[in-house]
Amino acid sequence: MKMKWALLTIIFSIATVLTGCDNPLAVLDPKGPVAANQANVIMISIWTMLIIVLVVVILYAIMLFKYRASKTSDDYVPPHVEGSHVLEAIWTIIPILIVIFLSVVSVRSTNEVEATPKGYEDQEPLIIYAASSNWKWHFSYPEEDIETVNYLFIPTNRPIEFKLYSYGPISSFWIPQLGGQKYAMSDMVNTLHLAAETPGEYMGRNANFSGAGFAEHTFNVKAMPEEEYTKWVDEIHGTAKKLTESEFDKLLEPGHVGQYTFNGTHLDFRPAPEHNHGASGKGESEHSNHEDSKKADEAETEHQH
Amino acid sequence: MDYFDRFAVPHSSPMIVGSQIAIAVTVLAILVGVTYFKKWGYLWREWFTTVDHKRIGIMYILAALLMLFRGGADAILMRAQTAIPDNGLLDGQHYNEIFTTHGVVMILFMAMPFIIGLMNIVTPLQIGARDVAFPRLNAVSFWLFFWGAMLFNISFVVGGSPDAGWTAYFPLASVEFSESVGMNYYAIAIQIAGIGTLMTGINFIVTILKMRAPGMTLMKMPMFTWSILITNLIIVFAFPVLTVALALMTMDRLFGTNFFTMANGGSDMLWANLFWIWGHPEVYIVILPAFGIYSEIISTFARRNLYGYKSMVVSMVAISVLSFVVWAHHFFTMGHGAMVNGIFSITTMAIAVPTGIKIFNWLFTLWKGKIEFTVPMLYSLAFIPIFTIGGVTGVMLAMASADYQYHNTMFLVAHFHYVLIPGTVFAVLAGFTYWWPKIFNFQLSERIGKWAFWFIVVGFNVTFFPMFITGLDGQARRMYTYSEATGYGPLNLLSFVGALGLLIGFAFLVYNIYWSTRYAPRNVTSDPWNARSLEWATHSPVPEYNFAIVPEVDSSQAFWDSKNNGPALFKGKYKEIHMPNNSGVPFVLGIIFFVWGFAMVFSMWIFAIISTLGIFACMAHRSFEKDHGHHISVEEIEETEKKLRGANA
Repeated sequence: MKMKWALLTIIFSIATVLTGCDNPLAVLDPKGPVAANQANVIMISIWTMLIIVLVVVILYAIMLFKYRASKTSDDYVPPHVEGSHVLEAIWTIIPILIVIFLSVVSVRSTNEVEATPKGYEDQEPLIIYAASSNWKWHFSYPEEDIETVNYLFIPTNRPIEFKLYSYGPISSFWIPQLGGQKYAMSDMVNTLHLAAETPGEYMGRNANFSGAGFAEHTFNVKAMPEEEYTKWVDEIHGTAKKLTESEFDKLLEPGHVGQYTFNGTHLDFRPAPEHNHGASGKGESEHSNHEDSKKADEAETEHQH
Repeated sequence: MDYFDRFAVPHSSPMIVGSQIAIAVTVLAILVGVTYFKKWGYLWREWFTTVDHKRIGIMYILAALLMLFRGGADAILMRAQTAIPDNGLLDGQHYNEIFTTHGVVMILFMAMPFIIGLMNIVTPLQIGARDVAFPRLNAVSFWLFFWGAMLFNISFVVGGSPDAGWTAYFPLASVEFSESVGMNYYAIAIQIAGIGTLMTGINFIVTILKMRAPGMTLMKMPMFTWSILITNLIIVFAFPVLTVALALMTMDRLFGTNFFTMANGGSDMLWANLFWIWGHPEVYIVILPAFGIYSEIISTFARRNLYGYKSMVVSMVAISVLSFVVWAHHFFTMGHGAMVNGIFSITTMAIAVPTGIKIFNWLFTLWKGKIEFTVPMLYSLAFIPIFTIGGVTGVMLAMASADYQYHNTMFLVAHFHYVLIPGTVFAVLAGFTYWWPKIFNFQLSERIGKWAFWFIVVGFNVTFFPMFITGLDGQARRMYTYSEATGYGPLNLLSFVGALGLLIGFAFLVYNIYWSTRYAPRNVTSDPWNARSLEWATHSPVPEYNFAIVPEVDSSQAFWDSKNNGPALFKGKYKEIHMPNNSGVPFVLGIIFFVWGFAMVFSMWIFAIISTLGIFACMAHRSFEKDHGHHISVEEIEETEKKLRGANA
């Protein structure tokens, strides 16, 4: 019986914690369409799964309550029952239906988060290259020709395409309140689609274990209206110094550094490894400069040794 | 002296120095103790050279218990470090080493040998066989596992522990990012133990297919035996992938090849794929036997036959097939795009269907039963709801787009502990308690066992449930610390409190073994639980030859039927029994493998070459050896049976 109460408490605490509004959990408190999509999938799955858990727990409680030895007479001999085709069919077919339902939800949502968010298709996305090195994040804005280290400013209500890659171990680029994570790897570029709808400051981090400095491998994200964002870019053009190759190499050395801002990007002298193994990039544009990326790759290899 | 510098731990601490001293003192004490009590001869004759499946099983379980406490110490340290924000108990490097060894030890050197130990003891008895098909090979399997595990464990005091996570993702696990010999230990120790496991797989498939008692068709096998058959099929298909992956890793780290490295076209994704093509089936290798154990125990203590036998078998086969087509869900976030993720999302969720069938069949085995709450039954009953939570959160993780948010977080950590602890740990504890009287002829105390059970079950939930919540709040896994501002503090502290509960539970378990060994009444019957399958039809403790007469069987619960006016199991007269001889070669081979592994870890090529020759010499010895085993005469059988019948009267 202790078990049953423990379980009920657990179930109710999940329900209250997840739906409670006073201090929402980061993943369930989305500030952009991608995270909202994912939070929606999570809630659909939690409610569906709660029904299953409830069915199991109720059956379980009935069996334990009714058929315990102390409730039956001494001469009671349990019958031999092979099974029941009807019952077994029921608990095969209903789960199959649930899995089909969740598959539809999952596949649809996965397609949505792997593309420009709905309602943003007609806007030109802002492209930001996010490169990880032990244990820093380098953000290059090719359009604006600026680069930041360990912090990210983004305009709200504009689709953003992050181009992810790494100068070291696999890292995972993650801003929980804007959307789920994706890997940054040394031999290819991954594309992550996000957008912010509420101005504010968010936590961003590498979620994938990458060695001794992993715990502090974080960055700050600030989402702001377009005008404010343009003002920030202009300010940098006026004040920040130019990023040089030697300075970038120094930044790549393992360790933690503070936040930096530069004019120019490292893409000029150290292009991203865009050979596009995976399916996540935009096919044609990257294939066309395949030759360039090959050269970039060789340069990269040299750098490593 | 320079030569010996390589054996120093590169990143030492008072805790490691303390352990070095403690380990040295313990080893010395054991050696002196065994010599003082003149037990070397006994150990050599009865244990080191044995090929008896029951003794090998006991040694597997002993080693597994030892490793449970090693992995448990890692776990407590991890929870203690993260109990409060900005804690300074461990630094980043030590924390990384500890969660790496926790994962490897618990999966490969605790769960696997515990399961293999139980399968060794029980399977031949359940099918009415005298031993496994290849008893000598079985001893080789054990000693390779054992010396592999020992090699892995000394990493912590000699040369440095592995620190790239139990998944050892490249390029983090390459020499470039993990310079110490730690990951060499990983590659080579697991390789040695893995070869042993692969041989176990072959051995048990042959045993179950070829050595069943007359009348026991496949569909009349007890459910535990079914689960072991399927498990070993998975082992034989999955472990070669690990062998290859580890061989490539070894070459990358020791010989400068570039299979997985960052430079020269190595592919980090290749490692992740190979690792999980083995790694996901591995999860089922440790969980399917648990399903078998629960089926036996639930049926025994509900006093009913297993509900839906056929669908139980079919669902297990379905799980084993599906286990090979879901591996990419471990890295949905690697960027394979919506199409691939969609497919793996669906295959993963599909596993919920056969697993659900099993849950409902267990529930309906309880239906109309007469349930007795013994300790093994309590673990089995606790398994059902807790594993259901593990299972449904697995379905949630299978939804690819949502997984982008769960991946690499404490939510995932909570999920796989909710699957593996009820799925494997509860099962081996249940099986251990259930089959204990068969092995030792006395029962573990039910009273102390229940204390252990409640501490473990409550402690488990208090430890791991908060992780679902901190995960959804954005706490990444494997972080050695976090700031107070994150707000993760209180729930992590709660986890630590739960971990202490688990610790107390396991302390009760040890105390129970001690107390029952000293005080529990001896000479219980050979069938103390009123059970259903063949292992309970022979004496406790089981004689060397298992059954004086090979039983004849015509149902999946033949022993139960024979107790209830069914056909007699044992017909005919005693005949001479042919048994295999003991051999010291497997033990020696294990030690040579240990030396070989140690030499490889430290790139000491001369030792490596000499020990390689030693390995081949052992194999050549086996090829040319003439050993036809020995025969137990009818008189000897009669005498043993008379004695044992007296004991079990």
